[in-house]
Amino acid sequence: MSKYTEDDLEQELKTKEYKYGFYTEIESETFAKGLSEEVVIAISKKKNEPDWMTDWRLEAYRVWKTMKEPEWANVHYEKPKFQEIAYYSAPKAKPKLNSLDEVDPELLDTFKRLGISLDEQKKLANVAVDIVIDSVSVATTFKKSLGEKGIIFMPISEAIQEHPELVRKYLGTVIPTTDNFYAALNSAVFSDGSFCYIPKGVRCPMELSTYFRINEGGTGQFERTLVVADKGSYVSYLEGCTAPSRDENQLHAAVVELIAMDDAEIKYSTVQNWYPGNKEGKGGVYNFVTKRALCETNAKVSWTQVETGSAITWKYPSCILKGNNSVGEFYSIAVTNNHQQADTGTKMIHLGKNTRSTIISKGISAGKSQNSYRGLVQISPRAENARNFSQCDSLLMGNDCGAHTFPYIEVKNKTAQIEHEATTSKIGEEQLFYCNQRGIDTEKAIALIVNGFSKEVLNNLPMEFAVEAQKLLEISLEGSVG
Amino acid sequence: MELKDKLIASYVAFENDIDTSSDIHEIRSKAFQNFEGLGFPTKKLEAWKYTSLNSILKQDYSLFPNKENSIQLADVQKYFIHDIDTYKLVFIDGKYSSFLSETTHDTFDVCLMSSALAKPKYKAVIENYFNKIARKDNLTSLNTAFANEGAYIYIPRNVEVEKPIQIINFTTGSEAATMLQPRNLIVVEQNAHVQIIERHQSLTSNPVLTNAVTEIFAAKDATVDIYKIQNDHKTASLIDNSYIEQKSNSVVSVHTFSFGGNITRNNLNFYQRGEHIDSILKGITIIEGKQHVDHHTMVQHIEPNCESHQDYKGIFDERSTGVFNGKVIVNKEAQKTNAYQKNNNILVSDRATINAKPQLEIFADDVKCSHGCTIGQLDDEALFYMQQRGIPEKEGKALLMFAFANTVLESVKIPEVKQRIAKIIANKLNVKMGFEL
Repeated sequence: MSKYTEDDLEQELKTKEYKYGFYTEIESETFAKGLSEEVVIAISKKKNEPDWMTDWRLEAYRVWKTMKEPEWANVHYEKPKFQEIAYYSAPKAKPKLNSLDEVDPELLDTFKRLGISLDEQKKLANVAVDIVIDSVSVATTFKKSLGEKGIIFMPISEAIQEHPELVRKYLGTVIPTTDNFYAALNSAVFSDGSFCYIPKGVRCPMELSTYFRINEGGTGQFERTLVVADKGSYVSYLEGCTAPSRDENQLHAAVVELIAMDDAEIKYSTVQNWYPGNKEGKGGVYNFVTKRALCETNAKVSWTQVETGSAITWKYPSCILKGNNSVGEFYSIAVTNNHQQADTGTKMIHLGKNTRSTIISKGISAGKSQNSYRGLVQISPRAENARNFSQCDSLLMGNDCGAHTFPYIEVKNKTAQIEHEATTSKIGEEQLFYCNQRGIDTEKAIALIVNGFSKEVLNNLPMEFAVEAQKLLEISLEGSVG
Repeated sequence: MELKDKLIASYVAFENDIDTSSDIHEIRSKAFQNFEGLGFPTKKLEAWKYTSLNSILKQDYSLFPNKENSIQLADVQKYFIHDIDTYKLVFIDGKYSSFLSETTHDTFDVCLMSSALAKPKYKAVIENYFNKIARKDNLTSLNTAFANEGAYIYIPRNVEVEKPIQIINFTTGSEAATMLQPRNLIVVEQNAHVQIIERHQSLTSNPVLTNAVTEIFAAKDATVDIYKIQNDHKTASLIDNSYIEQKSNSVVSVHTFSFGGNITRNNLNFYQRGEHIDSILKGITIIEGKQHVDHHTMVQHIEPNCESHQDYKGIFDERSTGVFNGKVIVNKEAQKTNAYQKNNNILVSDRATINAKPQLEIFADDVKCSHGCTIGQLDDEALFYMQQRGIPEKEGKALLMFAFANTVLESVKIPEVKQRIAKIIANKLNVKMGFEL
């Protein structure tokens, strides 16, 4: 057996190319580039939206115009030119489809190459998939069986038409349009996304899932997701993405709002594998996402994320623990390679009594990448007996990458119990040697160690998704993970 | 007049008064321009996110107290570690007091910054070390612009200073409000060893603002121990900027004991320029009322095989605020670095606040770096255990808190300093106990 050293691994990491780089040729209808009130109105018109929605977008746009891009994150990039982005792109209107057979074969082929076979998922994984290709949902499955339980799961554009009262009541309540630069931009121009409502006391029988894809060259994608879990309900929501190889930078500024009412539980899992740019750091997706959950009494929200893609990631899924006894969890694996930069973490805002939060963050950096954890744990004066446990571990591969930790801990109540710990290490020579001694080759050994390192997070993914997540981890650190 | 304008207005007079011909003049004017551009830090700066200077900048400070103020030794003896023999550098309202000081020696230099800056004898050292590692940020620049007086300590090769050196800055309160800007330079040459005890003390409750800068250079194999005792009146504010550069095999420890003062900000910066260096940063903070203590540490690991150890303990009562912002930077070349950082806090009151930001920035892969930060309460069961055995609640609590802070106290090498701190802690916790060590 030839000796496999870390240098070899580094070499492999350097030369590895994005596997999912392809471009589906579908006729698209794209707006001219640029953003103005007219464009916002046009998007709203195109979607056939009611007036309140148009006004809501315009208000967000006006706020956005006065805002500046945030610069505090530990990432460096050429700022997107907001007037050179087309803000709407949709596959040309096609008749509504009732079964997969009616879907464009070219599209189906795309999914096959991505490893998402709808039929297979329908049968084996028991997953309802709401596929989004460039902002407009083209296929929704399992809608019927969900409907029987009273669960609403549909593209948000349809929800605005069919359930305006629900959307209007909750949209923007967790993340106001004025929240931050990218949230405001998203509010103004979002083209589509998902809306999910679980009625009182209903336990959603299957994992709800959306696959995102960026398709049309030069278009930004602005997804909007709103999940409302009514009292005592439960839902597990999956979000996953891959994007084709493109040269110009693509902007992705999504907003995800979760509302967990009394005794409700939401489990939100993400696998993100946008195009990270080539090995010189050219191209790649800018991923500026705002995700936030509101937890009422006894509610629980759990964010799990596996971040392997994007040139720039800027993402802090947060929990506002408003109700007493509410629970927030955050499990994250962030892998950066080549020239990727990630600044990700969470915010746990403890407002209610006996609120608990757990943060487990694993960062793996390789190549010339920079990986930062940035988190906030805030205990307000009235949050009696709040409890937080945070753990941030970093694994470094090679000597050109960096791992950073920026935890903010703000406590204003004496009964709070806060623990934070962080470690940074590399794969130990002894660990590898131990494996080699026992007949495990170095490549497999690295896979084993990385898997062990990430296990706490992977274990929190739903079964069907864990497989996909492991696959993405493998691709991101290809050559090292067996 | 705003403090900034006042400082700007008085700068020319200050420079003319000192001298405008020396090399230092250029350093001062550059620093002055720097400050003029930057002004005082605001909460908008990430480094000052949790500490606002607004309330203390409003005072009308007297920048150069004119009168020669003398104080009686008997009145201030309690502020010295007086049960052991020490060298003393005493400043009263920023002016050197030869009467209270004790600097007789022949193997090394313990003298005044003002004479070190002026006399040719010290020129080489000043040229090599003065203002070399002090950062060019706003408050350090302000100090540099007005740098004139302070302690100058130079320990030549292989000299082990046999007794500690105390640097004490007294403020008499003869002015309604006083601003002081002491500037210290400590150079410890190869294989030399020195222990320094530093204290700022006001004698009345007239407001004081001290913006101190200390530069410490530890050459190869040098050992330097610094003890900062901060137990001033609650009307005195302190911004203490320390910059420490270490060469191979040197060991520098800084213990900061923050019990008093209004707003205290400790900027402690370590630069490791060599291999096998050990840096030790420890602190105990026990405050109440509206006190505010902010520890801002930075350790930069530049070369391989070095270590740093940080341990900060804080107990916060009433409406006090504590801030800990510890930053560890490991450069790409600094392989085999071991960096440890620990910050434990106890909130005693519902209105106390703690803001912690333990930060790691790591660019090398073969390192062991960890940080831990906890915020919690005293163990009720331990307290109950003691009460069962006849120890009253108050004393029991004090014992637990003392035990909590003791990991920091344990590494103090001068027994008398240890005892003094234990006494201050007993005082702070309002118990009459000795905490036998």
